[in-house]
Amino acid sequence: MRIRLILRRLSFLIMVIWAASTITFFIPRMSDRNPIRERFAELARTGGFSAGDLEKVVASYNKKFGLDKPLLEQYTDYIGSVATLDLGVSLNRFPKTVMEIITDSLPWTIALLFVSSILSFILGNLLGAVAAWPKSPSWLRSIATPFVLFMGIPPVLLAIFLLFLLAFKLKLFPLGQAYSTGIAPDWSFSFFLDVCWHQILPAVSLILGSVGGWVLSMRGMGVTIQGEDYVNFAEHKGLQGGTIFRDYYLRNALLPQVTGFALALGSIITSGAVVEGLYALPGLGSKLSQAIQSNDFLVIYGIVLFITMSVATLMVLVEFLYPLLDPRIKQD
Amino acid sequence: MTTLTSPYAPPIQPSRWKLIRGYLRRNKSLLVGLLILLFLILFTLTGLYIVDPKHAFPLSVRSKQPPGILDFGMENWPGKLPLGSDFFGRDMYAAMVRGLWQTALIGVLAGAAGTLIGVILGFTSAYFGGLFDTIVKGICQILTPIPVFMIQIIIASSLDKRDVTIYTMAGIVVMLAWMGPTLVIRSQVLSMKERQFVSVAKLSGVGNAGIIFGEIMPNLLPFIAAAFVSQVFNGVFSSFYLAIVGLGPLREPLLGNLIWGAQSQGAFFNGWWWWPIWPALAMVLILSSLALINMGMDELANPRIRKTE
Repeated sequence: MRIRLILRRLSFLIMVIWAASTITFFIPRMSDRNPIRERFAELARTGGFSAGDLEKVVASYNKKFGLDKPLLEQYTDYIGSVATLDLGVSLNRFPKTVMEIITDSLPWTIALLFVSSILSFILGNLLGAVAAWPKSPSWLRSIATPFVLFMGIPPVLLAIFLLFLLAFKLKLFPLGQAYSTGIAPDWSFSFFLDVCWHQILPAVSLILGSVGGWVLSMRGMGVTIQGEDYVNFAEHKGLQGGTIFRDYYLRNALLPQVTGFALALGSIITSGAVVEGLYALPGLGSKLSQAIQSNDFLVIYGIVLFITMSVATLMVLVEFLYPLLDPRIKQD
Repeated sequence: MTTLTSPYAPPIQPSRWKLIRGYLRRNKSLLVGLLILLFLILFTLTGLYIVDPKHAFPLSVRSKQPPGILDFGMENWPGKLPLGSDFFGRDMYAAMVRGLWQTALIGVLAGAAGTLIGVILGFTSAYFGGLFDTIVKGICQILTPIPVFMIQIIIASSLDKRDVTIYTMAGIVVMLAWMGPTLVIRSQVLSMKERQFVSVAKLSGVGNAGIIFGEIMPNLLPFIAAAFVSQVFNGVFSSFYLAIVGLGPLREPLLGNLIWGAQSQGAFFNGWWWWPIWPALAMVLILSSLALINMGMDELANPRIRKTE
């Protein structure tokens, strides 16, 4: 039954989200740090108000956020609000909710990560398939090797070297930021070009850091497929090389590669967040590191939970794609 | 009566050292990885001997000085500030030496602890099975889709920043890193306990302890060693990411902390390129050496892909 499988995956998804939100609820409460007290103590130090009122203010805010209730009640409230995607408010930019901060920065992150990870997936799989294919010209095969060398290096380190070489030394690219200072964001084409110009280095560092992995796994897969009888048979039937390459190599290696993509989602988002921080792009990653630096706890927990939920959801969604990619899987 | 002599000379067993050298010549990635590691160890050890450890901390030398490596005959050479100094007045050479030493410490601590937990959990759950196995497998499955780094951020940010030391960093990394080795060891034990040599041992009346330590453990050693190397890689990598978003021990010149400081002070905008470049270079060397060693160990552990002469 197809429905039963969907229900099983969905209940697994709910389990994962529940586990993640339980972790984000209990871990901060195990430490003796109180975000609200710390925030107001900081304000008191900088002369916001007299320190004598501190406890009173903290108590009233604890009441407002429901932090004076018993732990179990807080927990059920929290799970309820997570279920409705209510992630609380920012302590630093008070009336702004965490969800608003996320929706402001999400388009930047999606644009960068979507483009770079799809490009890297396509490029890596093509290069890997070409490298494994005995009939491809040798210069084409050797292209893949340098990418494999970058494999173990996290994109953020590549980003530092790219910044140094291309932006700092050669001055070909900007040194970070999402668009040139002095330009007001609008929907014009020139602004779009400016943004693209600033996204090239972050995208290239993310792509360089991940292409090698796809090349290696695709090459391995290609070598295995080569020995298969159906490939020999297709060759003896006299099929065109291109047809064999497309319909026998790529098609059969696609499913495991897509599974690999789903498994890599977590590290794609993680390295994307760190690279965004390095280039000071206005995406989720920068918001996260800003929140960490300014002790804006609800924003930290909110963004972490949001990223975790999206990764888990995307993983399950990719699994639903399988029957489309491989008709042999009918999901029963 | 004549004594019979064998027409064949006894086979000459090559010395152990020669065998190792021969193997390393075939296993290039292990060799290169070990050489890079050796270079890093030598850099750190000579550095620990040369530098003044106080210079790894802020306000110890003149700040914002460019590296003096190429600066022959200038006031920076010899030995004053070969790698330059940063905005806070740390001697980059001293900071790098201390940072490398501490990064290695975090990696080895986290790697050892993670592997130990993984071996114990994977072993017990696979060997004894039952409810415990179901629970361990279930936890691993539920935690797999959750990006580990995000949970590490939660843990690290709920600690008081002044309390964070390199030992807490190692602890945070270990808390979420045991799943990998657990699953690897578990699957190996599952396949191994069905093999004939275990059945033979069981039928000959060898007890559980004898089978675990006498029969299975020796065969597991290559996998445990490979798991240890990848755990060290994991530890270095995760602690680096935590430090680079500002969750490292703030007083220490951990490699990630140096880059975080450089980035938050706009090092490239201000022209202080050496500040982020040295730690980034060191990190690349550490990670690629560990990755190469890991690849080499894979070959050692998996006889199918092992090359023969």
